[in-house]
Amino acid sequence: MPEYQTFEHDVLVIGAGGAGLRAAIEASAAGVSVGVVCKSLLGKAHTVMAEGGVAAALANVDERDNWKVHFADTMRGGQYLNNWRMAELHAKEAPDRVRELEAWGALFDRTKDGRILQRNFGGHKYPRLAHVGDRTGLEMIRTLQDHGVHRGIDVHMECTVITLLKDGDRVVGAFGYDRERGRFRLFKAKAVVLATGGIGRAYKITSNSWEYTGDGQALAYHAGAELMDMEFVQFHPTGMVWPPSVQGILVTEGVRGEGGVLQNKEGKRFMFDDIPELYKNQTADNPEEGWRYCQGDKEARRPPELLTRDHVARCIVREIKAGRGSAHGGVFLDISWIKEKIPKAAEHIKKKLPSMYHQFKQLADIDITQEPMEVGPTTHYIMGGVRVDGDTQMSTVPGLFAAGEVAAGLHGANRLGGNSLSDLLVFGQRAGKFAAQFAKEHGAGQINVAQLEQAAQHALEPFGRNETNGEGPYQIQHALQEMMQDLVGIVRKEDEMLRALEGLQKLRKRGGQVAVPGNREYNPGWHTALDLDNLLTVSEAIARAAVERKESRGAHFREDYPNKDAAAGKFNIVVRKGTDGSMQVRRQPLSEMPAELKQVVEDMK
Amino acid sequence: MKTATFKIWRGDANGGKFVDYTTEVSEGMVVLDAVHRIQATQANDLACRWNCKAGKCGSCSAEVNGLPRLMCMTRLNDLPLDKPVTLEPMKAFPHVKDLVTDVSWNFRAKKKIKPFKPRPPDTPDGTWRMAQSDVDRVQEFRKCIECFLCQNVCHVLREHKLHDEFIGPRFFVQVAALEMHPLDIEDRTEELKQAHGIGYCNITKCCTKVCPEGITITDNAIIPLKERVVDNFYDPLGKLVKLFRPKAQK
Repeated sequence: MPEYQTFEHDVLVIGAGGAGLRAAIEASAAGVSVGVVCKSLLGKAHTVMAEGGVAAALANVDERDNWKVHFADTMRGGQYLNNWRMAELHAKEAPDRVRELEAWGALFDRTKDGRILQRNFGGHKYPRLAHVGDRTGLEMIRTLQDHGVHRGIDVHMECTVITLLKDGDRVVGAFGYDRERGRFRLFKAKAVVLATGGIGRAYKITSNSWEYTGDGQALAYHAGAELMDMEFVQFHPTGMVWPPSVQGILVTEGVRGEGGVLQNKEGKRFMFDDIPELYKNQTADNPEEGWRYCQGDKEARRPPELLTRDHVARCIVREIKAGRGSAHGGVFLDISWIKEKIPKAAEHIKKKLPSMYHQFKQLADIDITQEPMEVGPTTHYIMGGVRVDGDTQMSTVPGLFAAGEVAAGLHGANRLGGNSLSDLLVFGQRAGKFAAQFAKEHGAGQINVAQLEQAAQHALEPFGRNETNGEGPYQIQHALQEMMQDLVGIVRKEDEMLRALEGLQKLRKRGGQVAVPGNREYNPGWHTALDLDNLLTVSEAIARAAVERKESRGAHFREDYPNKDAAAGKFNIVVRKGTDGSMQVRRQPLSEMPAELKQVVEDMK
Repeated sequence: MKTATFKIWRGDANGGKFVDYTTEVSEGMVVLDAVHRIQATQANDLACRWNCKAGKCGSCSAEVNGLPRLMCMTRLNDLPLDKPVTLEPMKAFPHVKDLVTDVSWNFRAKKKIKPFKPRPPDTPDGTWRMAQSDVDRVQEFRKCIECFLCQNVCHVLREHKLHDEFIGPRFFVQVAALEMHPLDIEDRTEELKQAHGIGYCNITKCCTKVCPEGITITDNAIIPLKERVVDNFYDPLGKLVKLFRPKAQK
């Protein structure tokens, strides 16, 4: 058996983005010992990339806003496949979670009377996003990090978990390695919170970094937990498209919130061409009204650029496919036009969107105050993930919790912008609270040494191979990303997805022969090889769920079933590992929404 | 396709050497793209840190042709490609492997800073009122992405290795963000003088020059903090005033 170090915590949090840090803070406040494991350095998680803001019905800008409107917006955006209980708790608790951040030192932009300012965003009826220019995520993660470091939380930086450990039904710890030396580590814990984020690296064009390889989803799956809604992958409508090396980098929805418009190469504002029935009442039917909305006119309806992300992404794809795209295969996003409307527009843009200005100037030689940006869809977020209890965030495996992007339920078929940061806070807090409670109620479990040995041996296998009897990890990863992009992307078809499933079988064989040069010390080749297993697992879950959902809804668009099917709107798709080790897919009927929430949805239609 | 050669430091704490890698370059590429290409095709085990690839997380700090930079924000067409581009790890921290250094000291230094302590809420609902102009004053400091390039070039750390007595420019920026925070009522001048060692800084402004976020570290953060220390500890008139007004306005 290879050597390993042992660490013991009451609650182990895997992941140190917004959800992980919030969970750790809460668990620690409940008086249990807490360890946080993160794949990168502390403060570098993907939350840092969040730009637009955190959605909470504070009603600071529009007094008509309240939790009911936020709840209804979230359900509508999710096409009613959401876990209604999570949507309810989220809408009710987000304002307190945001105010709490302020009490911990976060500094949001202000209204004229000194309260937290809120901005417009897609799918939100009223200005709802608390923000700091376009670097809200950085503000949030730094606030949580700086608050957390004084609370006695043990942080294991640059450490990756490769398997969860079980004692009977229950999760009792995790096993992984540190990047620096490649030594194995055993983490014993009474409860484990997964906060590992998403799966973006399963696709070629993505706004996600190397870390987002579906670790939490795959760990949970192999530990016997259920995954839900995996077919719903959000392609953010606006990623950078040129030059090639920046392809996929996010362009915040805040650009459109500030009045940015989408145009095709003919200069036409194409978003007016197709406004979905569900949103007709709320959407402006002329540019003038849309502009007034962005300027805070409460009588005006929002411009079609601020329709939900799934819809905007598909409209962009439609324009590109029809030959009306830009030279580099995107469309144009123009904020510079507002100079026709307001004085000192260039300064205004730099103030409201400083990092966008910086990003385009430095990486693409584009001055966004003077010319349009070229944008196209980029893989951004997965609505699906670990199926959890709406109140406690516990998965179907006792002692295993999940919060943030890795968990399913809040967003249903499509997530509204700004709802992810509030998701992290609301459900990070809940997961931390209930994980601490679980830890207090349960003793330490037994660690199965055979399970450690098996995981360690499996992890070291790539070193035993070379180019003659194996293949490099990056080739396999790139092949997977190309295939998922082409066959299980924005527009899907049954035969293509079945081909993807066959392709995944072949990639799994190749993955079983992956070879890594060098030694265990800070070896990215080895890390990439180990992450492959997770990418393959989540890719299969996405493809199988997508085949099963024979309709188009939210982020899931089927060319062979282009319409919504009322019957399919009554269930979620759940994936779990069968006793024979194969992936099982089933339909889980939605639970009945209580009458008062039904009424809220009805009233807000 | 055009190619370029990169001279990359390979090795660990026990020593190392430059290794040349030639790779294809295309329009718009940044240094980090080249490193990734080399990693994927020629050196799978080449160690480097990165995350966002958009200048927002501060992970990929390195020395490019001897200059401290974020690799993700350094365009190849801004570098002379007729000769090899050298890539080395940051020098002020212990070397781990290739382009990766052990920056854990920064996380320990951060812990020494007294946490945020707000004044009591302004309104019964537990919230505060702040003017945008007061918020704007500290936003510059809060832009910091913790890339530690300023720590890397600070001679107090890089040459004199006073890591135990000095927290470095990054953390003076953090202290400034707290001290000038509209709600904060904590006093950190004692620590600035003693544990944080602000006196070691002789304002050569090397930190300001390398900041990828353009934070005016020396002029806007360090000098005002030095002034606070002077006001608190060396100003006789101020001391007299404080006798009568023990809680001097921040």
